[in-house]
Amino acid sequence: MDSHASHTAEIDKHVRTYILVFATLLALTMITVAVSYLHLEIREAIAVALLIATIKASLVALFFMHLISERQVILLILALTGVFAIALLLLPMITNLDHITIGPH
Amino acid sequence: MELIPYITEARPDTGLTNGKIGIWCFLASEVMLFGAFFASYIVLRTSAVEWPHGSSILNVPLATLNTVVLITSSVTMVMAWASLMRNDLGKYRLFLGSTVALGFCFLIIKTFEYYAKFEHHLLPHTSNFIAIYFIMTGLHGLHVIGGMITNAYFLFAAPSYLEHDRELLINRVENSGLFWHFVDLVWIFLFPILYLL
Repeated sequence: MDSHASHTAEIDKHVRTYILVFATLLALTMITVAVSYLHLEIREAIAVALLIATIKASLVALFFMHLISERQVILLILALTGVFAIALLLLPMITNLDHITIGPH
Repeated sequence: MELIPYITEARPDTGLTNGKIGIWCFLASEVMLFGAFFASYIVLRTSAVEWPHGSSILNVPLATLNTVVLITSSVTMVMAWASLMRNDLGKYRLFLGSTVALGFCFLIIKTFEYYAKFEHHLLPHTSNFIAIYFIMTGLHGLHVIGGMITNAYFLFAAPSYLEHDRELLINRVENSGLFWHFVDLVWIFLFPILYLL
């Protein structure tokens, strides 16, 4: 196989993956909405909604943003960002645990 | 003389073009920007005595439609890039044009949604929920507009790029796509936390 044909085959493979990911994302969107009508307990509802959102976000990042085949330096930048982003999201929880300023109630 | 080095060929030390590193660093800063608003949402929600269920105030069917629109636009974006890789300018224009049109469609649906809130006098000062809803969706909407402008530029400037440097166009469309997918990714989290919980 010449290099042009192998390049085209590679792109075709990418396109098939994109369509598969697209169908999965649509299905997961419908599942998220359907689950919201089940009126689960709020903790369960948050867990399910965030789990599905995380799966969808991972699919977008891995396949549409090509992170699955990206260089290590990009993954390192993102890992560092992830650490700081998690710290940022945990700050409110630390605030809620501060019983000195909130009081015993 | 090349003003910015390593825009088409990879830098030997990173193995990537400077544009690629640049867009990922920018997206990292965007994660922190939206992260601050998500953290604010957590503070407001956990400290509120009462917090409304999103679906009691917001329009879930319209938001679901907008989710489908944005996901579809992400697919057309990658298809535009794939078409460019195949050297198929016609399909590139079709897919990138669709991406811009879907972005426009998203904004029109959002405008209907905002208009309904204004009609019912649900303004940012009404409640913390409405305030954080307008701030987060408004900031996201600004990103949609930014992405549409960039994509529209690459739609119309493509012939000129192809005459001079095809590789440069491919790299820049990929980077523009990374931003567009990030906008989609943010919406994937905004949709459940604002509308469904």
